[in-house]
Amino acid sequence: MTRTLGRIGLALALPVILLVTWWFASADSTSFYQPPLETIIKVFPHTWTAATFKSDVLPSLIRLFIGYGLALLLGIGLGVLIGANRRLRALLEPILEFLRAIPPPVLVPVLILIAGLGDPTKVLVIVVGGVWPILLNTVEGVRGVDEVLADTCRSYQIRGWLRIRTFILRAASPQIVVGARQALSICIIMMVIGELLGATDGLGYTVVEFQRGFQIPEMWSGVFVLGLLGVLLSLAFTLVERRVLNWYHGARAAERSGH
Amino acid sequence: MLEIRSLRKTYGGQGRTVEALGDITLTVDDGQFVCVVGPSGCGKTTLLRCLGGLLEPTAGEVRVSGQVVTGPPDGLAIVFQEYGRSLFPWLRVAENIELPLKSKGLGKAERRTLVDESLGAVGLADAGKAYPWQLSGGMQQRVAIARAIAFQPKVMLMDEPFAAVDAQTRADLEDLVRTVWKRFGMTMLFVTHDIDEAVYLGERVVMLSSSPTHVLENLDIDLPSERDQLKTRSDARFVELRSHVYARIQEAKGAGVLRETAP
Amino acid sequence: MTTSQGTRRRVGDSPALLGLIGLVCFGGLLEVLPRAGVLPAEYFPPTSTIVRALIDELDRGGFWRAVAGTVTTWLIGLAIAVVAGIVLGIVIGSIPALRLATASTVEFLRPIPSVALLPLAIVLFSAPVRSILLLVVYASFWQVLIQVLHGVADVDPVARETAASYRLGRWRQARYLVWPTTLPYAMTGIRLAAAVALVLTITGELLIGGTKGIGEEIAVAQSSIAVPSMYALIIVAGLIGLIANLATRRAERLVLAWHPSVRRELPL
Repeated sequence: MTRTLGRIGLALALPVILLVTWWFASADSTSFYQPPLETIIKVFPHTWTAATFKSDVLPSLIRLFIGYGLALLLGIGLGVLIGANRRLRALLEPILEFLRAIPPPVLVPVLILIAGLGDPTKVLVIVVGGVWPILLNTVEGVRGVDEVLADTCRSYQIRGWLRIRTFILRAASPQIVVGARQALSICIIMMVIGELLGATDGLGYTVVEFQRGFQIPEMWSGVFVLGLLGVLLSLAFTLVERRVLNWYHGARAAERSGH
Repeated sequence: MLEIRSLRKTYGGQGRTVEALGDITLTVDDGQFVCVVGPSGCGKTTLLRCLGGLLEPTAGEVRVSGQVVTGPPDGLAIVFQEYGRSLFPWLRVAENIELPLKSKGLGKAERRTLVDESLGAVGLADAGKAYPWQLSGGMQQRVAIARAIAFQPKVMLMDEPFAAVDAQTRADLEDLVRTVWKRFGMTMLFVTHDIDEAVYLGERVVMLSSSPTHVLENLDIDLPSERDQLKTRSDARFVELRSHVYARIQEAKGAGVLRETAP
Repeated sequence: MTTSQGTRRRVGDSPALLGLIGLVCFGGLLEVLPRAGVLPAEYFPPTSTIVRALIDELDRGGFWRAVAGTVTTWLIGLAIAVVAGIVLGIVIGSIPALRLATASTVEFLRPIPSVALLPLAIVLFSAPVRSILLLVVYASFWQVLIQVLHGVADVDPVARETAASYRLGRWRQARYLVWPTTLPYAMTGIRLAAAVALVLTITGELLIGGTKGIGEEIAVAQSSIAVPSMYALIIVAGLIGLIANLATRRAERLVLAWHPSVRRELPL
């Protein structure tokens, strides 16, 4: 009991110290761009109300989820196809290697040029950013499936969708999860960039509007909200990962203790 | 019935070819328990993979129940040596056994009956909800055997299934395999490098030479059908048969060495 | 490679050749489709047009200044992140209390999307390069730090006890025990950080403006609707990324050539 309390204390100590330090260090700040923490917290409630949540945060989130979902579907689907086929893999490898190397944000101007400034473009921007890590990791995962398990499937004549669902996707899932996690942070970044480069609503847009309008404490609060969003989504991802890869961590632990 | 006729397998590489199986002919009658034994590296696994339709032979043919094997045949189940890698770690034990039955298209009720029955047959009636990696090595191999049983095969191939378990577990598993074979009556082909195990388990022992592999001798094991770890192994006839097999395998090894040094 | 007698190799068996065929087909397709009118040529100029634009770019002094600018910013940011990540990682990792105390803060700060700091960076620094550097360092620092922390945690406890029983001092332990174990992890961290740093360098240039960099050039090409040169610049960005990837992988192999440990990327 005291041990867990001690742990919680340790976990909370540094954040508390940092916040308190910031509070006092900025208390007398007269710099326009670095307002006191107190001011930032004061503007928070009226900057981020239920109404602004609905008008600014929600559209961002919806686009993010659609884009991330599409990136997952596309990346895993194509990844299984390419990973399972040796020739196709050899054929596409240099292209994929090159496309992956292109920093995704530079594609945003192209997409805006081609598809305009609407919601589809903003979703597309998220998909284009997130699909690569998922695709390439899925290819790696599918390529690395265990040969004995593959033989087992063949000899028991487990084929088609049943094979993909219960063997390929599950065997590749640790690697797919690695890609999905990388993709999630890229997708959030792409969401913000898409909104910075021309949008009329959304979190990124709002924060930039605050900056352009010199509403600095409000801008700081917006940065907080963005940061919080990243933290919460990463937390949610960890929870999902724990469920999906429960078997993997168990098997790894069993393997380690066995040796 | 399992028929192997003039089976050859060569692995082609850049410039050099390795002859793994050099002309194997062998017939296993329905319901017979045959052990295949040979020196290590003699292509036992290659043979078994050809029989299971996992590997295409270079020449010759394999027939299971009269049908020429071109891919994994119906009614044939394989128990692999690497138990840790042949069970799906993301599926629970019962789901592992159930999966091949799903691909067979059996209904839910029937699948459940088969899963329960096969788990019971290997003495793991309570382990259905566990994950394979929560079980010991011996228990994992029992699950693999249960999966093969539930598949209701006419022919069961076992590829050195007990090579990686400890000696006591091994004895238990050997007796389990005999019991299963008697109860379900499938044709059993058991590959091993362990001479004692081959003689103890089989109705017939097929001895292989070192590569390029061919059949050295077919030996009928005229031991009583009831086998017992203590009594059978101390039986004079067992010792005699065992010594015979041992001598032949040693011969084969020596021949192999000679062959290797010759140009 | 000489093919031995009797074994003919089929075209489909050489990955390098297949890859080349893939690249040629990809380029060919993007040449034909716009010309045939399947793709609108004003947004998807044919490959040959892009190549011509690329050659024009190579002749331009401004282009090379932009490449130099991007690479400089990238390398400075990466260097700061790597040094900070390794030093802090080893210090935090070696002191259990510090490790426990910082764990929650690290877990909280790491997922903050670096572009969220963009408005902050703009108002805090008047020089655009500094704003970009803030983003680059913030994003790539975590990659190094996390890997180094894992590396330090991976030090064999038996080796640690052995070192302690021989009364090796803290510095010597760090030099002969912690550092060799951590090195492969640090190299992985540097490889990941290099990719992230490049993305943020170009993103920063694209969004902040007023710098000499590829990102800025792309933004200019976009606003003047010079579509072929925009694609040409994107290809250049990809090539820089590709070279960065290959270089870091190469460096990793060189540095770790002697290293006995089995390395694997952590599933983070």
